[in-house]
Amino acid sequence: MTAPTDRNIVANAPQRTAVQAAPRRGWTWRRRSAIPGFGLTMGVTLAILSCIVLIPLSAVILRSAGQGPADFLSAAFSERAFTAYRLSFGAALVAALINGLFGLPTAWAMVRYQFPGKAAVNAIIDLPFALPTAVAGIALASLYAENGWVGGLLAPLGVKVAYTPLGVIIALTFIGLPFVVRTLEPVMRDLSHDVEEAAASLGASRLDTILRVIMPSLAPAWVTGFAMAFARGVGEYGSVIFIAGNMPYKSEIAPLLIIIELEQYDYAGAAAIAVVMLLVSFAMLFVINAIQAYARRFA
Amino acid sequence: MTITARDIEKTFDRYPALNGVTLEIAEGELLALLGPSGSGKTTLLRLIAGLEFPEKGQILFDDQDMTLAGAADRRVGFVFQQYALFRHMTVARNVAFGLDVRKRAQRPSKEEILKRVDELLKLVELDGLGKRFPNQLSGGQRQRVALARALAVNPRVLLLDEPFGALDATVRKSLRKELRRIHDATGVTTIFVTHDQEEALELADRVAILNLGRIEQVGTPTEVYDAPSGPFVCGFVGAANRFEGDVQAERFTGGGLTLAAPGVANGSATAFVRPHDLVPAADGDGFDVVAHRVTAQGPVVHIEGLTLAGLPFEAHFARENAQGLAPGAKLRLAPSKAYVFPA
Repeated sequence: MTAPTDRNIVANAPQRTAVQAAPRRGWTWRRRSAIPGFGLTMGVTLAILSCIVLIPLSAVILRSAGQGPADFLSAAFSERAFTAYRLSFGAALVAALINGLFGLPTAWAMVRYQFPGKAAVNAIIDLPFALPTAVAGIALASLYAENGWVGGLLAPLGVKVAYTPLGVIIALTFIGLPFVVRTLEPVMRDLSHDVEEAAASLGASRLDTILRVIMPSLAPAWVTGFAMAFARGVGEYGSVIFIAGNMPYKSEIAPLLIIIELEQYDYAGAAAIAVVMLLVSFAMLFVINAIQAYARRFA
Repeated sequence: MTITARDIEKTFDRYPALNGVTLEIAEGELLALLGPSGSGKTTLLRLIAGLEFPEKGQILFDDQDMTLAGAADRRVGFVFQQYALFRHMTVARNVAFGLDVRKRAQRPSKEEILKRVDELLKLVELDGLGKRFPNQLSGGQRQRVALARALAVNPRVLLLDEPFGALDATVRKSLRKELRRIHDATGVTTIFVTHDQEEALELADRVAILNLGRIEQVGTPTEVYDAPSGPFVCGFVGAANRFEGDVQAERFTGGGLTLAAPGVANGSATAFVRPHDLVPAADGDGFDVVAHRVTAQGPVVHIEGLTLAGLPFEAHFARENAQGLAPGAKLRLAPSKAYVFPA
């Protein structure tokens, strides 16, 4: 038998079809796909977003646009409104950071270890999701008031929690805790052990393994949980008003200011503050999404 | 470096994984740990790596007792079946990891690390792919990265846990050759785990065959194939037809065949005949069979069928000896070589 020549090999190779439509580039409305249902799901998405989110929010913007620019600016950026924004966004940021810090070890303990009472701890983590926020607010307020259990201990140290910005932070931390824990858990569970073992066999210390291997893999989920806790905190109302004391220029949050304006029948003023919160929140979530996309570039 | 495992015992939840295993791996050797799943081969590898620790026995690196040393202190390279790459790092950072995490005093300079990474990527034929992320590579390429990463620390021993298990047949074959080439180029003592006997026989200098937490036989591929130590090795390494029977006065009878069985004590026994050791026989010799399936596989024709006693058998003939053989044909076969073990 003779060895096959190059020609034989070429002859055996599958022939390319000459007539082949050039693949379309870029984005088109209609595209052949093995996964049907784009039209239906996108339609439902847009319909529900419009009814529930976009139309009410555009009503807010329309309402605020009804007044002149000068009125809008004076309502939206009065000193009282400004301090309220600062408290709302600042306290939400601090609370989200605290949750990010403590949510990480909490999630780690829940995923990595078995311990008695784990099911109960698991349920407790979810409580802030389910509890009426006003209940949480009243409980926190009475605990941290100067004559409360915790507040009574802190008062001799000169730390006042209830009816100060510190109280706002505590309420928002309570509200945001489950977000970080619950977004981190599934990602931690998916981390494979052999990656850690590989790091160890390459000579990495436990700390190196955590800092260089585990943390970077958790970063996208951590940012997501942080963003959700932050967004929730910015919009939170029920639990905060009981513990904050609501003193203008001091412990008054922006959502409460909106309610106050509404109660005074100043609809345009309330709408102006709402628009500012809307824009700032949107911008921040947008930036956080961009950070997330960067952290996820390898996936 | 010589590695010695001495009287190793290891159990998982009271289920024994290793039962008094002793094994010595010579400097620069390429050794395969071969066995069915659950035989303890991966456990033995992980004990050597320091990813598990034995209940009894010792692991020695040269004369140094490493039994309880942590994985990070052993300077071993470990390659996992599922690659275990750091997916948030580029290929180059993955390879450099073992050098990056060294203490400042022992860490090479940035330029030296870059140079070493380049060298290693060239060695595994991935030069130019350093900036990619692992998920942008194929399975075979990922395993090459894992290999380069393990070699970067100049390991005293390279350990591979079913390194080709997750790859398709073609890639597996070419990576096998690659591993042999890399082993010959670096000279590093290498142990790899596999359940694929073909892989072990092709690649290794010596093969250690494990079953149920014990070592059945250690030897060169030729030794374990031609001189199996017992029925398990004979049945596991290479295909073999099994015949149950009895030995009386050093003669085995059973399943329609009679064989000389020198040195085998009287009593029930099992005979093994490799498919290529079954040859056409003259009348009065051998046993009758009926062929049910005849398939040509390259230069060899595989014949499967039943003996008159109703036992399944398989025989391999060279193409030219199987001219005109069709399913349903009656043949007379005799073993040209057989292994008889007391049951």
